[in-house]
Amino acid sequence: MAAVLTVDDLDVTFALHNSEVQAVSDLSFTLHEGETLAVVGESGSGKSQAFLAIMGLLARNGRARGRAMLGDVDLIGMPADQLDTYRGRDIAMIFQDPMTSLNPSLKVRTQLAEVLVRHQGYDREQAVRAAVEMLERVGMPEPAKRANAYPHEMSGGMRQRVMIAMALLCRPKILIADEPTTALDVTVQAQMLDLFKTLTDDFGTALVMITHDLGVVAGLADNMMVMYAGRAVETGSVDQLFYDPRHPYTLGLLHSTPHVAVRARRLDPIQGLPPSLERLPPGCAFNPRCAFRFDKCLAERPPLEPAGEGRARACWYQGRLAYEAVA
Amino acid sequence: MTGQPADILTIDGLSKSFSISGGLFSRPLELHALTDISFSVRQGETLGIVGESGCGKSTLGRCILQLLAPDEGRVLWLGEDITRLPAEAMRRRRRDLQIIFQDPLASLNPRLTVGEIVADPLRTLMPELNEAERRRRVLAMMEAVGLLPEMINRYPHEFSGGQAQRIGIARALITEPKLIVCDEPVSALDVSIQAQILNLLADLKDKFGLTLIFISHNLSVVRHVSDRILVLYLGRIVELADGDALYGDPKHPYTQALLTAVPIPDPKRARARSIDALVGEIPSPIFPPSGCAFRTRCRYAVALCAEQRPPLETVEGGRLVACHRWREIEREAAAG
Repeated sequence: MAAVLTVDDLDVTFALHNSEVQAVSDLSFTLHEGETLAVVGESGSGKSQAFLAIMGLLARNGRARGRAMLGDVDLIGMPADQLDTYRGRDIAMIFQDPMTSLNPSLKVRTQLAEVLVRHQGYDREQAVRAAVEMLERVGMPEPAKRANAYPHEMSGGMRQRVMIAMALLCRPKILIADEPTTALDVTVQAQMLDLFKTLTDDFGTALVMITHDLGVVAGLADNMMVMYAGRAVETGSVDQLFYDPRHPYTLGLLHSTPHVAVRARRLDPIQGLPPSLERLPPGCAFNPRCAFRFDKCLAERPPLEPAGEGRARACWYQGRLAYEAVA
Repeated sequence: MTGQPADILTIDGLSKSFSISGGLFSRPLELHALTDISFSVRQGETLGIVGESGCGKSTLGRCILQLLAPDEGRVLWLGEDITRLPAEAMRRRRRDLQIIFQDPLASLNPRLTVGEIVADPLRTLMPELNEAERRRRVLAMMEAVGLLPEMINRYPHEFSGGQAQRIGIARALITEPKLIVCDEPVSALDVSIQAQILNLLADLKDKFGLTLIFISHNLSVVRHVSDRILVLYLGRIVELADGDALYGDPKHPYTQALLTAVPIPDPKRARARSIDALVGEIPSPIFPPSGCAFRTRCRYAVALCAEQRPPLETVEGGRLVACHRWREIEREAAAG
């Protein structure tokens, strides 16, 4: 499969009053055509900031370094007017709360049509027709009628469908979805996950699913990248990481997640708290919470290194991770 | 659990509506948050309450604690109706009945220290204790929930979400209550922290012999903590059963749909499962459907479901189900 996005040594820093905090460090990965990649981590792991940086959407005190190659163009450091050629056309992003991305004072069809007028040079009438068709594709009930509604007249699930429709209008190569189902009820979430699966299959769009929910990952993604304190700590296929995790943090996450199909048992949480990015421990950032740490982990940071079969991990511990299998 | 413990709390025919403005020139509208809710909670159990947004689960928690006054029905605490108690008498009962909220930081007064926050219920509900005794109890409780003694003079903003929730738990437990309503207590927390808090609640429940009502939209979490589970839809009970029975053999079509919608953290199982997603979304509680509230999304709905509200039937094992057709549906499923 051809690569559609190649990220190399991405760093994201934020300037604070009189210091600087590094939210993402040395992040490198490749996204392939049609692939669904889950990016998993807890708050502060850098999972959202990494992709906001790629989209040129960092807060004003944020700064990105490194490369994010979309084909042969580098998105990092590109001026906003130039980015607008690619954003929405080749690479689109949707968020947890659709209301923050929709214009409350414009009808849905106007907002959707604008994307096609701008990027594809459609005339207004063509654009509205295509917009209504796309609303139908994403499962909007009564699409022609709903297209005339304002965002506030819709439920959360419907708004998220509008966002997905908008993101897919130009058939982008890449769709980045940041916790797109977290705010939705479970039955609506199931509809959405189903929709993501169908649409990425139909359009061949590569999907990046940023989430903290391993349940969402399991049913949808091909590959996953686990992040902790701004770095990728383990990458591989979903099956590799779920059934044979090789990083203690991945293992800990799996053990912390309650499973609806399994009888109640005690969870094995990860001890302690996530570190503050301003005061990371020396060595491996996970070491204060790690059950497998030894002296080297306190002194030296493990790099993300290939671990065979296309997977990679950042951990010094060589033994078998000793909790019993999770699933 | 051996034998069947006594009921500690009984909810009988509870209803609650909110009146909301229908616009400048319209009459106010009634939002039916809860309709005719009846069930009991057993001594020492954890009763999970699940449902999606607007199902009334949080309103139910608040009505049980008399933080909201129900419009109709009774709440019997140890056999006594507490819905119409004078304020002073209710205040004495509050020692026994406490609550833990979803957003730990929002539910802690930012201007008080941890010590003051945890001691606050003692001041109001057990004023007979002197300062030294209060402090002793606060420190003991902080230890029980995993907070260090030196944190006693710190302020809520200095804590992460997980630690703030520990403060909220300490505050709820300080009066040695018998029953705690946990309203989405881990929903705002990261996965690794969520597991710590769930384990803590389980430990404290054993240690203090608590009865818990655990309200959550997360079915995996509820499954993990609950002995019995109550499923609400649009302000009504659709099913109540033992956790294993409910998850292993759900009777109500809504419970069935909810369970198939829960994402499973197991790739092979998740891929093998056909997600038969429920169509549509939850109707407005202002204009609930006639008859069975779930019928607009139910694949088994027939004319009867629109005409008559299904009664809440008690079936084998003390399970409650509110569906006209559950027996037929079960027979059809068994026949393939």
